[in-house]
Amino acid sequence: MIPYIPHTDEDRKVMLSALGLKGVEDLFQDIPERHRKPLIDLPPSCSEAEVLRELKRMASRNTSAEEVAFFLGAGAYRHFIPAALEAIVSRGEFLTSYTPYQPEASQGTLQAMFEYQSLLADLLGMDTVNASHYDGAAALAEGVLLAYRAKGGERKTVVLSSALHPEYIETIKTYVHPFGLRIRGLDEGAWKPDELGRMIDETVCCVVVPFPTFFGSLVVYRTLCMATHEKGALFVVSVDPISLALFEPPGSYGADIVTGEGQSLGSHLSFGGPGLGIFATRGDLLRKMPGRLAGVTCDRKDRNGFVLTLNTREQHIRREKATSNICSNQGHVALRAAVYLSLLGKTGLRKVAELTYRKACYTAEQLGALPGYKVTTPYPFFREFVLQCPIPAEEVMCRLVERKIVPGLPLSRYYPDRKHDLLVCVTELNTKEEIDRLVYALKGIK
Amino acid sequence: MGTNTQRFRTVEPFIWELSAQGRVGASVPEADVPEYPLPGEVPLRTDLPLPEVSELEVVRHFTRLSRLNYSVDTHMYPLGSCTMKYNPKVNDTAASLPGFSEAHPLLPEDLCQGSLELLYQLQTALERLSGFAAVSLQPAAGAHGELTGVLMIRAYHLDRGDTKRTRILIPDSAHGTNPASVSMAGFTAEQIPSDKRGNVDLTILRERCDETVAGLMITNPNTLGLFEENIEEVTAIVHQAGGLVYGDGANFNALLGYLKPADVGIDVMHFNLHKTFSTPHGGGGPGAGPVGVTARLEPYLPGPIVRAAGREAEQLEGWEAGLITQKRQGPQRNARDSRYTLFYPEKSIGRVKAFYGNFGVLVRAFAYILQMGSNGLRAVAEHAVLNANYLKHLIGKRYRIPYDRPCMHEFVVTGDVAPGIHTMDVAKRLLDYGFHPPTVYFPLIVKEALMIESTETESRQTLEAFAEALLQIAEEAASSPDLLHEAPHYTPVGRLDEVRAARDPILNRRQTEKLEGTR
Repeated sequence: MIPYIPHTDEDRKVMLSALGLKGVEDLFQDIPERHRKPLIDLPPSCSEAEVLRELKRMASRNTSAEEVAFFLGAGAYRHFIPAALEAIVSRGEFLTSYTPYQPEASQGTLQAMFEYQSLLADLLGMDTVNASHYDGAAALAEGVLLAYRAKGGERKTVVLSSALHPEYIETIKTYVHPFGLRIRGLDEGAWKPDELGRMIDETVCCVVVPFPTFFGSLVVYRTLCMATHEKGALFVVSVDPISLALFEPPGSYGADIVTGEGQSLGSHLSFGGPGLGIFATRGDLLRKMPGRLAGVTCDRKDRNGFVLTLNTREQHIRREKATSNICSNQGHVALRAAVYLSLLGKTGLRKVAELTYRKACYTAEQLGALPGYKVTTPYPFFREFVLQCPIPAEEVMCRLVERKIVPGLPLSRYYPDRKHDLLVCVTELNTKEEIDRLVYALKGIK
Repeated sequence: MGTNTQRFRTVEPFIWELSAQGRVGASVPEADVPEYPLPGEVPLRTDLPLPEVSELEVVRHFTRLSRLNYSVDTHMYPLGSCTMKYNPKVNDTAASLPGFSEAHPLLPEDLCQGSLELLYQLQTALERLSGFAAVSLQPAAGAHGELTGVLMIRAYHLDRGDTKRTRILIPDSAHGTNPASVSMAGFTAEQIPSDKRGNVDLTILRERCDETVAGLMITNPNTLGLFEENIEEVTAIVHQAGGLVYGDGANFNALLGYLKPADVGIDVMHFNLHKTFSTPHGGGGPGAGPVGVTARLEPYLPGPIVRAAGREAEQLEGWEAGLITQKRQGPQRNARDSRYTLFYPEKSIGRVKAFYGNFGVLVRAFAYILQMGSNGLRAVAEHAVLNANYLKHLIGKRYRIPYDRPCMHEFVVTGDVAPGIHTMDVAKRLLDYGFHPPTVYFPLIVKEALMIESTETESRQTLEAFAEALLQIAEEAASSPDLLHEAPHYTPVGRLDEVRAARDPILNRRQTEKLEGTR
């Protein structure tokens, strides 16, 4: 009746009689009787066809980014995913294996992890990348905790750029609350390097900045990073990995901890998850970094192989003194990123980033020229920019949705006083025809 | 470079060893907009050190890698406390429906009612299975759920002005992540020993409970695979001292349809959807660790959670409005009439990640719950427990069982079956027999532990074959111990030197240069 339970009546009979039991319920006698086998108010089992029919009904209530002209990003981005990627990652040997605790039976997963760590380390210009964290927000929050620990727990202030993703800021606040860390920079609305630089003193354990910012800006942090180090603090950058195909990676100007959201590397929007928490460090911070790591070693015949290593940082060995409690990570999403970077490669990733940059420039130029509209994100920007609209952005959204266009994110979702601001996102998947349609539609709104 | 110039003796070359300048593995559209010069003010990248490999070579590389793995799809994988059950394929089909996979998390609510409906119904299903008043689907994994739950316990005490509670008690039979989660939430972790039957030692628990205890984190069934016989007394002791009880729900598979944890005094619990609810583990993740709470903790849940328009109305709307109503009343009255909305609890601990959780995983778990239904889920627990007890019976003749009473979904034996033989030897030899080994050396309270969880999806024949292999290995342990010491013999690589890996870590391509010196 249920295809996932293979027992026949005969099987149950044989097994129960081997155990000397009358019925399977005899095995549940330790559960207090008055609470045993309660009523479960759920529908009865149904067929696979019925499951799919019901889920297709639900899915059809969503607006898929494929069926409209789509300009919404803000932390979840639509880039093309090659068919070969889907074919590779859906193999059961990858999808249905566990964390590679038995390395001899998990060399595929472990080498893929090692290749992910390598490709990302090269892309970010960092020494060590772990095997993944939950998402960009949680990775950044743990990055802050790493900086706090690395400074011996003495420095209890964190300088945050106010141009970080608002949900990342909220996540950081949740994570640092138990440790009583103070946050500086948000109330002041600081995000420019000189503004942030003025906030660093001896109580600061780290300075945390986005690249690009939530509003799309490309900020040059080299000087701020130096100033941070001069004050004895660590520099933490939350990056978009695709932008780094064009621009100097944070590792090359001395960032200590780099985190980011890797969903754009070959994963679907999927309503915001699973994402990919990228987590990278330099030098000795390795010993304090959270998360799993695959490393190279040898077997008895001197053949190279891979194992999970430096486990003494982790929860199952170090218990309450571990660098983090993370256990399950986003391994399969990291595999997607490794395959994506392998397929796109040196020229492909650069082309995707260039096209994205160009199309965002074109879109901003066209929209900025419309009467009543203004692009307020200062040039240069990558992929996203803020468009000030003549009417509230939420109304713009409503009117354009009718014309099968999702024009962006009304910033009032996070900033109630920014009613007229729309965050527009353009990737290589937005065609010129779509962009022109957006421009034409907005032109009609005054 | 091809395999003939491979510098390392790996079974499969690295992806960058397959690289040749000018090769591409994916096509990117030509520009249809004018050219814009890259900005002068931002330093540009001079070198992008990524491989250049054809699509076919990438496909072959990763396909060959995949074949080096054991997986549920290819092997029995009886890892204790990991619930490596079969992952139904329909779950993946559901998650890849474009309406879900191409839904953006920041769409206006009107444009993502399907996602919100699914989240709402999954919240409701988990509430009904567990007896909790509310569920947040945000945590991305079990340990993430633990952190979320312990942060809520903290917020609850602080909100009452109760600032003295700094300790959290953890039985020594609990899951390994618990102590680290407690530390991350700013508490100190304190271990409570088990008694001879594998239950929490009540005398010691009573002694340790006072006004400085914030709570207890209990895994039930515990990592010995035993149901805590005094569970109601345990929770009552903690509650009397003013503490709250956290339930680690990693072993919930054993209780489906047999116990609602809220009924025995659990205040907050995480669910591992990648264990109990059949979503694939993906070689390490993603999982999903939703957290359920009783009414008094509801205001502290991480936001947003999903509500149906009119909380009372929804009791009828939610599930009833979906499949079941269509079955009973025809498709006229359906969920299209309900409206779902995001809700931020008033005293929320805040977000623990961006957006709403690992949605793709949540879709898979929901598809599973829908297909199994209330009767199917209860059958899951029954067959998981039956399988574990049957397997324990089959191997108990030869392997020592330190706590010998009826187990739940898993059990622990010891691997020291002959002099000089250790658990790891047995585990590695199992690989030669085509089985993934059980969890080894855990729980820590049993020396030489082999922790075996067979799950309900394995047939009697498979269990018998696995038991046969273990019994055969026990014979070999006595007659030809080196066969075990040198195992595995038939895997792509032999037993790997973990000490060496940690001594001089090689963690990426650049560091492989160190390897040449070691040859």
